[in-house]
Amino acid sequence: MTSTTYENAAAPETDLRRRGIRVGDLLFKGIAIAAALAATILLGWIAFKVFDLAWPAIQDYGLSFIWTEAWDPVTQQFGALIFIYGTVVTSLIALVLATPLSIAIALFLTEIAPRRLAAPIATIVELLAAIPSVVLGLWGILVFGPWVTQHLDPWIQNTPLGLLPVFSGTPSAGGSIFTAALVLTIMIIPITSAICRELFIRVPKDLTDGALALGSTRWEAIRGVMFAYAAPGIAAAVLLGLGRAFGEAIAVNQTIGNHNAIPSSWFEAGDSLGSKVASEYVGATSLQQASSILYLAAILMVISLATNVVAQIIVVRFERARRAV
Amino acid sequence: MSELAVDPYDITAKSNGLRRRRIVEKVFGVLAIGSAVLACAILFVVLGTLVYKGFSALSIDFLTKPRPLYGEKGGIADALIGSALIVGMAMLIAIPISVLVAIYMSEYAGPKVARALKIVLDVLNGVPAIVVGIFVFGVLVVGRGQSAVYGAFALAILMLPMVARATQEILEIVPRSLRDASFALGVTKWRTTWSIVLPAAIGGILTGVVIAVARVAGETAPLLFTTSIAANQISLDVHGALPTLPVLIFVNSESPDPGEQSAAWAAALVLIGFVLVMNILAKVFAGRKRRQLEGS
Repeated sequence: MTSTTYENAAAPETDLRRRGIRVGDLLFKGIAIAAALAATILLGWIAFKVFDLAWPAIQDYGLSFIWTEAWDPVTQQFGALIFIYGTVVTSLIALVLATPLSIAIALFLTEIAPRRLAAPIATIVELLAAIPSVVLGLWGILVFGPWVTQHLDPWIQNTPLGLLPVFSGTPSAGGSIFTAALVLTIMIIPITSAICRELFIRVPKDLTDGALALGSTRWEAIRGVMFAYAAPGIAAAVLLGLGRAFGEAIAVNQTIGNHNAIPSSWFEAGDSLGSKVASEYVGATSLQQASSILYLAAILMVISLATNVVAQIIVVRFERARRAV
Repeated sequence: MSELAVDPYDITAKSNGLRRRRIVEKVFGVLAIGSAVLACAILFVVLGTLVYKGFSALSIDFLTKPRPLYGEKGGIADALIGSALIVGMAMLIAIPISVLVAIYMSEYAGPKVARALKIVLDVLNGVPAIVVGIFVFGVLVVGRGQSAVYGAFALAILMLPMVARATQEILEIVPRSLRDASFALGVTKWRTTWSIVLPAAIGGILTGVVIAVARVAGETAPLLFTTSIAANQISLDVHGALPTLPVLIFVNSESPDPGEQSAAWAAALVLIGFVLVMNILAKVFAGRKRRQLEGS
């Protein structure tokens, strides 16, 4: 009898303690799950809210807004084509210039440079990514832009490239498509080259050594083995850089010239989606203009989300294939 | 056998393309070195210009006085305080949530859920800052007006994926044996995570935080819609819009007034000084902590 009482008295305490432990575990797990859920919901909410804000304009203008080449607050004519052109052209020029440079930098860091030199140079390239876009834009508008218009643009026009219509015309002094593209190039080089460097480091040494042992030169081993091995990763790196270029608003706003028309030459001023949205922050003069701005933001979001999702799909597939090996 | 001019198995024969291959090899080497030099040169040119244009305008007054109203001499103290408050609030919001997300990914979630969350975070990281600004504008600013708190929310959204991914990556390299030893002693899971795993990973988490802070401190786009229309005076009222360093640089950079431009250069020098110091600290810290973890 006494022993049972003892047991009965002790049981609630252990039970309580055990339950207390379980409550702590459950609570912590619950909070962690809630945080993870919140992050996921946030992504969906951003997408939903931006569309929700743009909805009046989407209903008003329909899809033809996307290929309408107009932006006139006076006559209330609004369309996105001018800005889509600016966004796509600046980003693609930046992509074409930055991709070979980034790959070359990554190859220099992994294949050519001695270790003692590679580490500080890698740090310098990373620091390039740390420059805030508004600071790069400040340099772009006041120093780099004028240099491009006065020296680089005329120099390009004197080469055979100058015969192309996009390189013709008088370089615009207050910023241009080409200046903005060069600033974007500087912004995406560190992103793309950092990812490429990681990829090249992870290429198994046996593979390149095998190619070298067969008598190929270093470049042939890189082209035939490393590129083949890392190709999907490089594609993803390039797309991530492109996504960044699409979304950049501030530095482009400072350097593209902010002109509401599609210029015939890249040396003239234009405007991009992000830049247009950024410059209207003080408030539009009419309701139509305000909702058109939100429509531009929605288009920008779709373009950059699509780029990022495709990049992520490539990364996932690449990793799955490598795990299988 | 006359059609075979060169015996393909004769290794002493001179390969036809050897000269060309050597040239390609040389060109490749030169281009790779050139690209690296170019990237370094760009950084030094930008930094050099900032120092050259901004240093002369820097002074104690510049850092301690608010912006001028009409032609007086002034500084950027109002924007410095505004930026510090907003970034501080963004850290308070973003860090706990980010660390919890990372803990869920590495300690609780199965591999499939963790991979899915990784993609969610990476896509969230790819949402343009200006779109985040529009989002916060639509959710909070419309109908209530601008406020520094809303600016902090926008920056916190940008910080979240950066800090969460950095934390998750460092949690994954915390050795399994540490957790197992703790479980074997009868310690509960949440206690193990809190007192064993997190302290082991604290260096990596701080590195992620420092890099994220350095990045959002220079973000302009989300602040334009949430806290850009502010008076040029020192204020600690976070419910109103506060002036910030990036918005000041942005507005002044497009001003034709040389005085305002020179204030932009000096402000940019201050901002980039902060950003670079944070990045270098993070780098030094990360290297040491990672070696410790991987060594154990």
